[in-house]
Amino acid sequence: MNFTLKIWRQDGPKSPGRMVTYPVTGISDEMSFLEMIDVLNDQLVRNGDEPVAFDHDCREGICGMCSMFINGEAHGPNRLTTTCQLHMRSFKDGETIYIEPWRAAAFPIIRDLVVDRSAMDRVMQSGGYVSVNTSGNTVDANALPIPKPAADEAFQAAACIGCGACVATCKNASAMLFVSAKVSQLALLPQGQPERLNRAESMVEQMDLEGFGNCTNTGACEVECPVGISLDHIARMNRDFLHAKVAKKG
Amino acid sequence: MRDQKQSASMDAKVPQGPLADKWTQHKNHVNLVNPANKRSIDVIVVGTGLAGSSAAASLAEMGYNVKAFCFQDSPRRAHSIAAQGGINAAKNYQNDGDSTFRLFYDTIKGGDYRSREANVHRLAEVSANIIDQCVMQGVPFARDYGGMLDNRSFGGVQVSRTFYAKGQTGQQLLLGAYSALSRQIGQGKVEMFNRHEMMDVVVVDGKCRGIIARNLITGALERHSAHAVVLCTGGYGNTFFLSTNAMGSNASAAWKAHRKGSYFANPCYTQIHPTCIPVSDEAQSKLTLMSESLRNDGRIWVPKHKKDVAAIRSGALKPVDLVEEDRDYYLERRYPAFGNLVPRDVASRAAKERCDAGMGVNSSGQAVFLDFSSAIERYGKTAANVKGIESPSAEQIEDLGREAVEAKYGNLFQMYQQITADNPYETPMKIYPAVHYTMGGLWVDYNLMTTVPGLYAAGEANFSDHGANRLGASALMQGLADGYFVLPYTIGDYLADDIRTGAISTEGAEFDTAERGVRERIEALMGNGGTTPVDDFHRELGKIMWNKCGMSRNATDLQSAIIEIQALRERFYKDVRIPGRADQFNPELDKAGRVADFLELGELMCKDALERNESCGGHFREEHQNAEGEADRDDINFTHVSSWEFTGVPSEATLHKEELAFENVELKTRSYK
Ligand SMILES: Cc1cc2nc3c(=O)[nH]c(=O)nc-3n(C[C@H](O)[C@H](O)[C@H](O)COP(=O)(O)OP(=O)(O)OC[C@H]3O[C@@H](n4cnc5c(N)ncnc54)[C@H](O)[C@@H]3O)c2cc1C
Ligand code: SF4
Ligand code: FES
Repeated sequence: MNFTLKIWRQDGPKSPGRMVTYPVTGISDEMSFLEMIDVLNDQLVRNGDEPVAFDHDCREGICGMCSMFINGEAHGPNRLTTTCQLHMRSFKDGETIYIEPWRAAAFPIIRDLVVDRSAMDRVMQSGGYVSVNTSGNTVDANALPIPKPAADEAFQAAACIGCGACVATCKNASAMLFVSAKVSQLALLPQGQPERLNRAESMVEQMDLEGFGNCTNTGACEVECPVGISLDHIARMNRDFLHAKVAKKG
Repeated sequence: MRDQKQSASMDAKVPQGPLADKWTQHKNHVNLVNPANKRSIDVIVVGTGLAGSSAAASLAEMGYNVKAFCFQDSPRRAHSIAAQGGINAAKNYQNDGDSTFRLFYDTIKGGDYRSREANVHRLAEVSANIIDQCVMQGVPFARDYGGMLDNRSFGGVQVSRTFYAKGQTGQQLLLGAYSALSRQIGQGKVEMFNRHEMMDVVVVDGKCRGIIARNLITGALERHSAHAVVLCTGGYGNTFFLSTNAMGSNASAAWKAHRKGSYFANPCYTQIHPTCIPVSDEAQSKLTLMSESLRNDGRIWVPKHKKDVAAIRSGALKPVDLVEEDRDYYLERRYPAFGNLVPRDVASRAAKERCDAGMGVNSSGQAVFLDFSSAIERYGKTAANVKGIESPSAEQIEDLGREAVEAKYGNLFQMYQQITADNPYETPMKIYPAVHYTMGGLWVDYNLMTTVPGLYAAGEANFSDHGANRLGASALMQGLADGYFVLPYTIGDYLADDIRTGAISTEGAEFDTAERGVRERIEALMGNGGTTPVDDFHRELGKIMWNKCGMSRNATDLQSAIIEIQALRERFYKDVRIPGRADQFNPELDKAGRVADFLELGELMCKDALERNESCGGHFREEHQNAEGEADRDDINFTHVSSWEFTGVPSEATLHKEELAFENVELKTRSYK
């Protein structure tokens, strides 16, 4: 297969960026999207040019590191698929493919397709945990039975890979889906109850501080999320956030 | 030809007393550092996988000032995130006779009697606490309908002690540890350095006192000092280029420590995992694991007859249409007691044996089937019973069975389908062994300290617990045991001597020299005017390693591999091309540094494999097998850890042996028949 790639190139955070056109040839439909970029980069290096910088690590759809905006969609055309799990058989031979970085005020560009997502870590640091020390001297794990439906729903929320596709997709660059997944996971479990309202409040506040936009319920994030995090979690977080505010006003 | 300098057995500092009391006794007697003094002590943790995140969080909670480093853009992306199948713990929740001793015993036996009894027993002892701890953190393990934790079975054991969260156990455990770490970062007790790579360790007056790190965004070299340094930097499976490890997984931190005096133990012990998606083409960048948990329910087979092999390869015959009598369920045939659940090394070799005999089922001849049709039928019947459906139709059974299989392995099936475009509910998976895990690593004593005082290694980076073969679901257990429950005690014992030392300066000659060394290395790589991309060298190294130091090894091949690797390394330094600059974000440069180290470690792996003139666990020497092709261990000459001291050329390292004493288990030939 052959493709024409139009890729965003930007030398550094402050440099101007532009789309550059590259032809790639001899791509097999078995290749993953990132392997196709590997082929391009191999050519660039052999020709003495600089390869396209992009983030990736596990290439199994779980680490959340890969992050490409492909033909106007976060992680490309397929649903429930990260960039690294996207295969060239999903494209038509001869197609032109546009590749851009995640774009959001809270995600400054580092180079080419690589952005800085540390804002997401800082939101987690503001409350995305249960305050239990790691001594191991807690109670026996089965002393805390958790009804299977709650455990399963908590698991669904916990499956978020922290990729930021939801932010990149949202026209307001809101991080609500990402934040609500963690808030919701812990809200569904008994361990998470004591800090439940505080957690929702401080994580939402940190999210605003980081410059993520407001949620206007367009639902675009849910569509592009590679692990299918549901909008229901946003509703749950909003309830907790309001309760926290009301409780404060007393 | 061997004129090895050999020293007396190395001292692992294993505490005295009966096996089951050693750890408790040790904990009761180690030196403690009081809370006020902890505030003036700095600890560096390199790596934020299960071992690193748990260590950094625990040490910070205790009051130490912690600096943590990872090369990814967030600590949550460490390679541990990709672990699928589960984590072992001797909870005996299934009431199937499990116990601390049994987990200990299984691990020693699974490791083919090449691990240290005291460490393994400690691991088994703390395993139950790991589950308690994780549940309190909100880790959503799988549960049964009564709300209790569920278990599954893994290879090499006859109890069900593996806790799991679908096929995403590593993710959930790492996010638990990451949350504990995030809490400490939020409180200012851990300073986190993302996108930083450790380039060297700094040793001052015989003690490890810091590291040189490179900011991967700006390329700036930084000095960081501490009273102790912990390396939790993972395994070195990527020496083989193709492996199930993440693309960035590397051996560099461990190798730099080795060059600075830490001995490297058992480098040749690599685990080749039996169930991975086969290689598809030359551009393949990595291999994908299909979790061992699938062997709970999947049956492995190849056709009995060559004519069927040919028909399947050409597409003329669909695997589902081959009748039972014409299938060879070779694991069930050869190992009736354990069947599809034999340990990994045994399963991998058996697959190779069948494929070498020409029975491989894909076009390259390097694949076997992993088939779920029996499981779908079995689960379907059970579900129909539970639902009270009388005489269910075949379709009903099939539908219910699929549902049950999906609940257990849904994400794995989906991943398989995404990669191969085959639907594993309808046609058996094709799988083949691939490099997965490295049992070898930095030598550590009972306290997890390397041979450089103050330099510790935890998780996959050390060699400590798995002998010559690791059992499934035991790496996650070890990483968290080391970080949450072992290091917090043992490191305090060492740091108790440092309460009056004060902050370590980064100005000294040792920091100067280390930083200069790193800078010169980078300049040499950047400025060599070469023409060949880094990956070419890595791929070539991978081929040498896979062909000559892979699933089966022999002296002739290992000797030639050493020579080939040396030549490749020479070419690398002359001809590697790294575009761009060193003072900017430059992934090719990062990669080149890692490949340079693989090119040295690979040579030592071959040397170690050559020296270990026996077959044990994942290390199979063709010269040492019995008439049935099973491994022949040599307990008289090789019941030791081979621990290598760097002397300049990797394969000319000096061998130090740690003799292994088995006082609580009897050495037996491993049999899974
Ligand atoms: C696909 C797959 C599935 C697996 N499934 C299971 C399973 O089901 N059960 C099980 O028990 N085990 C499993 N394993 C094994 C297990 O996941 C690993 O052994 C374990 O997670 C390793 O953890 P770690 O903390 O030692 O290292 P890692 O998680 O590899 O972390 C290494 C850390 O070190 C950092 N690092 C490395 N080098 C440097 C450097 N030079 N400078 C700075 N930072 C550095 C990285 O950034 C990272 O944070 C699996 C492994 C794979 C590959
Ligand atoms: S919610 Fe989905 S899209 Fe957003 S960070 Fe998590 S996994 Fe990515
Ligand atoms: S590279 Fe890890 S999710 Fe894509």
